[in-house]
Amino acid sequence: MRIRATLRSGRIEVRVLIAHPMETGLRKDEAGNPIPAWYITDVTARVNDRIVMKTAWGTAVSKDPLLVFHVLGGAVGDRVTVDWIDNRGDRRTDEATVVAPASP
Amino acid sequence: MPHVSRRRRRAILNRGLGIALGVAARAGLGAIGLGVRDADAQEAPDRDAFAARSVADALARLRILDVADSPDVLLDAPDIAENGAVVPVSVRSRIAHTDAIFVLLDRNPFPLAARVDILDGLAPDVALRVKMAETAAVIAIVRADGRYWRAQRDVKITIGGCGG
Amino acid sequence: MTRGTAVAATAIRIAAVLPGLAWPAAPAAPSTHEAIEDYRARIADDNPAELAVAKGASLWREARGPRGASLGRCDLGLGPGIVAGAAARLPRWFADTGAVMDLEARIVHCMTTLQGFDRETLIAKPFAGAAEPTTDIEAIAAFVVDAARGATIDVPQERPEEVAAYRRGRALFHYRAGPYDFSCASCHGSAGHRIRLQELPDLSRPGPTARATYATWPAYRVSQGALRTLEWRLADCFRQQRWPRLRYLSPVAIDLATFLGVNANGGTMDAPGLKR
Repeated sequence: MRIRATLRSGRIEVRVLIAHPMETGLRKDEAGNPIPAWYITDVTARVNDRIVMKTAWGTAVSKDPLLVFHVLGGAVGDRVTVDWIDNRGDRRTDEATVVAPASP
Repeated sequence: MPHVSRRRRRAILNRGLGIALGVAARAGLGAIGLGVRDADAQEAPDRDAFAARSVADALARLRILDVADSPDVLLDAPDIAENGAVVPVSVRSRIAHTDAIFVLLDRNPFPLAARVDILDGLAPDVALRVKMAETAAVIAIVRADGRYWRAQRDVKITIGGCGG
Repeated sequence: MTRGTAVAATAIRIAAVLPGLAWPAAPAAPSTHEAIEDYRARIADDNPAELAVAKGASLWREARGPRGASLGRCDLGLGPGIVAGAAARLPRWFADTGAVMDLEARIVHCMTTLQGFDRETLIAKPFAGAAEPTTDIEAIAAFVVDAARGATIDVPQERPEEVAAYRRGRALFHYRAGPYDFSCASCHGSAGHRIRLQELPDLSRPGPTARATYATWPAYRVSQGALRTLEWRLADCFRQQRWPRLRYLSPVAIDLATFLGVNANGGTMDAPGLKR
C-alpha cells in the first residue's frame, strides 16, 4: 500500500494506492482456465486508533485501486492506519503520518 | 396522513413526490415520519448486494426503496475513459447528515462497486477507481437521515489501439 | 470509382483483414482528443506503478538468490551501485560483457552475476501473467527508471558497437515482414496518424513524440493492469503485427531499443509512466 496523508484546508486528505489483483472471477487466463474471484472486500481507516472510515467493495473496483477520503480536523503528525481484507481472508495493514502539503 | 400500505406509499413516492419530498426533507420534514427506508437499519454488511447482477437488484437487496435525484450529490467522472479498467469516480454530498455513499455501475456484471460508511469525522467526499465493462452510467447514491439521493453520469468506454 | 472511393475501398479491405485496425486516419476530433487528455490527467497522480517502484526498491536492497547478495553493486553504466540517472543513458555498451545492453538486459546480468539467479529461468518468464504479481525484473526496472525521473535522455553513440546497434535498429524499424507486410514505420513512421482513438507517435526520427514516448517507459499499462517494460511493449508490437515472437533480451530487441532511445536524446525521463 502507498498511503499519502496531507493536511489541507482543515482536513486530512488520505490517498491510498493498494496493490491487489481485484479479480472478478469472470476472466480466463492465457490457457483458457477461469481465474477465480480475488478481491478486497473491506477497507478500514483509523486516525490515531479511532475508526474514521469503513468501505465495502465488490469486484467492480479497479485492480491496484486508489481510494481517497477526507478526515475532518486532524493535525500534522497524526497517524493514519489503513487495513484491508480480501475474500480469501488475506489482510494487510499500513500506516502513514499526516504531513503538510509540499510547497508549490 | 391516512394509513397507506407500504407498497402504495412507495408507488406514490415513486411517481414523483420523491423530488418534492427531497426538497421537504432538506427542510427537516423527517419528524413527520415519512421515512422511506426500511426501519431495520442497514448495518448488515450488504454482502449479498455485491452479488446482484443488475442495478435494480442491487438496490432491492440494499433495501433502497426510493431514491430521488439531487443536485447536491456531486458525482464526477470522465466523459470518456481510454480504458474501462480504470475509471476515476468521485462523489461528494452536500446533504447534511450523509452517512453512506454507494457507487453503482450500470451494465456491469456486478453493478454495486462500493459502499462507504461516512462515520463521524469523515467528510462525505470520496474517490475511487472502478472497472466498467462498457459505455454506461455511473450512479452515486447517498443516504442521509434515512433517505436516499442520487446522481448519475454516462462514461464512454473506448478500446485502444490494436486491441489492448 | 473516384480515387477517394478507391482508397476507401482499399482501406476497408485492409481493415477487414486486420482485426481492429483502421488504416491510419486523421487525428481524432478535438473534443474527443480533449476528453482523452482529461481522462489521462485525472489518473496521472497516484500511478499504480509506484507500487512496483516500492517493490523494486526493496528487491534491490535485499540480499537474495543463491549468492545471498543484494544488487547494491550492480553497475548500470554509471559505476557500481549508481542508480540515479542510469536509465537515461541506456542502452549502452558494457566492457564486462562486450555488448550493447538495455536496462532489462543489465538487470538480468546483475541478478545472475551478483545474486546467482539462473538466467534461463529469469528470461523464460520476464513478464507477469494475468492476476500475477509484478515480476522481479518488472519491479526492479520500475525502481531503476524512477531514479532517472527528470534526467536528460542521453543514449550514447560513442562506441562503434553503439552506432552499429542504432543502425541495425533503424533498419529493423523499417523492415517490412509478417503476413501484413508491416514494419514499425507502417504505424510509427510519420506524424498525425491514429488507430481508433489512439494517436500513433512518430518514432522514426528525433522529435517531441520520440522523446515523450521513450521517456515514459516502463509504464503501468491500465489495459494490462500491470507495470510493463519497453521490451514488453516491443514484443507486443511484434505480436500485433503477427511477426514471429521477439526473444527477450535478443540483439533485435536491444537494437530497436537503441534506435528508439537515440531518437529520444535530449528528452526528459518521466517514468514509470501511466498509459491506457
